[in-house]
Amino acid sequence: MKPFIKHEGLVAALDRVNVDTDQIIPKQFLKRIERTGFADCLFFDWRFLADGTPNPEFELNQSRYIGASILLAGANFGCGSSREHAPWALNDYGFRAIIAPSFADIFFNNCFKNGMLPIRLSEVEVRDLFRRVAENEGYRLTVDLSEQMITGDDGVELHFDIDPFRKQCLLEGLDDIGLTLQVEDRISAYESHRRNFGAA
Amino acid sequence: MPKTLFEKIWEDHIVHDEPGKPALIYIDCHLVHEVTSPQAFDALRLAGRRVRRPDLTLATVDHNVPTWSRSLPITDEISLKQITRLETNCREFGIPLFGLDSPQQGIVHVIGPELGFTQPGMTIVCGDSHTSTHGAFGALAFGIGTSEVEHVLATQCLLQSRPSTFRINVEGGLPNGVTAKDLILYIIRTIGTDGATGFVVEYSGEAIRRMSMEERMTVCNMSIEAGARAGMIAPDETTFSYLQGRPQAPKGAAFDEAVAYWKTLPSDEGAAFDRELTIDVSDLAPQVSWGTNPGMVTDVTGSVIDPDAISDENERRAARRALEYMGLQPGTRIEDLQIDRVFIGSCTNSRIEDLRAAARIVNGKSVASGVSAMVVPGSQQVKVQAELEGLDRVFRDAGFDWRESGCSMCLGMNPDILRPGERCASTSNRNFEGRQGAGGRTHLVSPIMAAAAAVAGRFVDVRNWE
Ligand code: SF4
Repeated sequence: MKPFIKHEGLVAALDRVNVDTDQIIPKQFLKRIERTGFADCLFFDWRFLADGTPNPEFELNQSRYIGASILLAGANFGCGSSREHAPWALNDYGFRAIIAPSFADIFFNNCFKNGMLPIRLSEVEVRDLFRRVAENEGYRLTVDLSEQMITGDDGVELHFDIDPFRKQCLLEGLDDIGLTLQVEDRISAYESHRRNFGAA
Repeated sequence: MPKTLFEKIWEDHIVHDEPGKPALIYIDCHLVHEVTSPQAFDALRLAGRRVRRPDLTLATVDHNVPTWSRSLPITDEISLKQITRLETNCREFGIPLFGLDSPQQGIVHVIGPELGFTQPGMTIVCGDSHTSTHGAFGALAFGIGTSEVEHVLATQCLLQSRPSTFRINVEGGLPNGVTAKDLILYIIRTIGTDGATGFVVEYSGEAIRRMSMEERMTVCNMSIEAGARAGMIAPDETTFSYLQGRPQAPKGAAFDEAVAYWKTLPSDEGAAFDRELTIDVSDLAPQVSWGTNPGMVTDVTGSVIDPDAISDENERRAARRALEYMGLQPGTRIEDLQIDRVFIGSCTNSRIEDLRAAARIVNGKSVASGVSAMVVPGSQQVKVQAELEGLDRVFRDAGFDWRESGCSMCLGMNPDILRPGERCASTSNRNFEGRQGAGGRTHLVSPIMAAAAAVAGRFVDVRNWE
C-alpha cells in the first residue's frame, strides 16, 4: 500500500449529507473485475446528464474544482453498501483525503486500506471550511498526518484525531495481511482449539 | 461480570490482542459473491498466497445473475465474465460454490441460513453490507470491503477495533398487517441513517421474541441502514428449531451439545450496553419511505413531508433534494401515490414467509392495469417451496412475473431495472437515488404492502385489506 504522510491540494466542496456509495459509484460499474480505472465512474449519475455530457449543476464539475485532491463533504459520507469500488473511484479521480463530520463505518475502513485518509472534524469546523472554500476560489489545504494537523495559507489550523494504529499503517504504508501473518502461530494455536461449528 | 451477547462472541474469537491495536478475530464463516471478490483473488494470486480455510468459505452468484429462465444464456458479457471469474477462482482455490445451475443458488444472505451455515455464536463476514442479516441467529455478522475479503481469505482472521453496544428493546406486539419490515423502517426513521454508526445493535424485547427466524432476519438485515456495524438477536427455541435438520447444522448428539452452548449466549441479566432505547410497537402503522434514504419514512396514513417544517438545515436541504428526485409534492397523502412497478424480493424480504404473506393479499385479485409487478424468490429453494405450495400460480394468475432467484431489482445490476421516473413499491432495503435504475423512484415497504399496492395501483393501508 502506498503511504500517506503529508498532502497538499485543492479542496472541492460537496455540501450534501448522507452521500451514499450508490452515488459515489453506481452499480453498473461494479461488474468490472479490476481494482483501478474507476475515475470516470465516480459520481456518474450526478456528474453526467442522460446524453453523457457533464452536468453543469454538479459541484465537482465546476472549473474551480478541476484537479482537486481533498474532498470536503457533509455528515455520514459513504453510507450504504460495502463496495470498496467507492474509495477506488475517489482515489482514481485524484482524491487523497476526505474531510467530513462523520463517515459510515465500512467506507471509513475501506479508505485506509487504499492509502487514503478520511478525516473527521466537528460539524462547526466543517461548516467553517465550507465557508472558506466558498469564499476563496482555488482554496488549498495541507494535511499532515504525522502532526495530525490541517493547515491553510489563510491561517486555518485544525487538529484531527486518528486511531494510532491506523495512523502508523498509513504513514508506513503497511500491508495488513503481512502484519497478520507475523502472528501466524497464534492463528494456528487458535485453530487447534476452536469450537467446531460444522455438520457432524 | 455479566456480559452481552456481543461480548461473549467477541471474546471467544480473539486470536491476538495487543494494546493500542485492533484485535485480531477469527472468522468462522466467510461468504463470497461475484461482485466484491475478483480483485481480492487477484491480489492473493499476485502475492502467491493461498486461501487458508476454503472449508470455512462458501461462494454463490447472486448480484448480477439474470432472473429469467436459467436455461437461457447470459447476454451481458461483463456480467458473464464476473460470474465465470468466480467459478474459476473457486476452482483454483478449492472453495465450494453454489453456482448458477445449483439447486441451492440464491442470495448469499438467504442461502447461508437456509442451508444451516449460519449458526449462533459464530463470526460471519461477507463483502456485502447486508451480512448483518445473519445476526438474527445470535451470530456476529458484518459486511467488509474487498481488501478485507482478501485478508480473510489469506488468514481467516480480521483486524477489528471493538465496536460499542446498543440495545434496542422492542416492547408490545405488532398489530395485524404490521410486519418486521415496518418495525425496522420505523427504527431507522427514529434513530436516523447514522443513528447506530459505530455500534453493534442487539434487538430484544417481547416483539422480537415473538418473531419467526425469517422476521428476525428482516430486522437484522437493515441494521446497516441505520449505520450499525452489525445487528444481533439472542438465540432461543425459535432459533434452535429453525436450525434442526438443516444440511450444515450439527446432527444428533452434536446438535444437543451445540444447543447447550447456544443457550449460554444470550446477554446476561444486568449486562451493560453503551446505549439503550426502548420503543413500543403496539400502535405501529405500516411504513412507507418517501425519500432517498431509508430514514426518510412515514406512516402509510401520513403525507409527504414538508421540508420547510424541518429545523436542521442539512436535513431540510436533503429533504428538498429528495422530493425533487422523487417527483413528490409536500403534503401529498401517501395513499394518493400511484405506482408503476412492484418488486417483491431482495435479501430483506424474499423468503418463503414473505411470499406466503404477499400471496394471501393478491389471491384471487389482479395487478392494477398499468402496473408491472414481479416476484423474485431469494433462493432456488425458496422458489421450489413456493411452487410446491402453489404460490407461483397465485402470483401468476394475478399478473405478477415469477422469476428465478437473485438480487435482481434490489440493485439493478442485472437487466431488471426501473426506467427513469418510474415509481416502485419495493420490498428491498435501499431507496437511494438510482438504486433500482437511473432516475427510478423507490418506496420501501413490507411484502404485504407491496402486494396490496400492486393490486390497488397505489399505496393502501394493508390493515384494511379485504
Ligand atoms: S438483495 Fe440487494 S441488498 Fe441484498 S445482497 Fe443482493 S443487492 Fe445486496
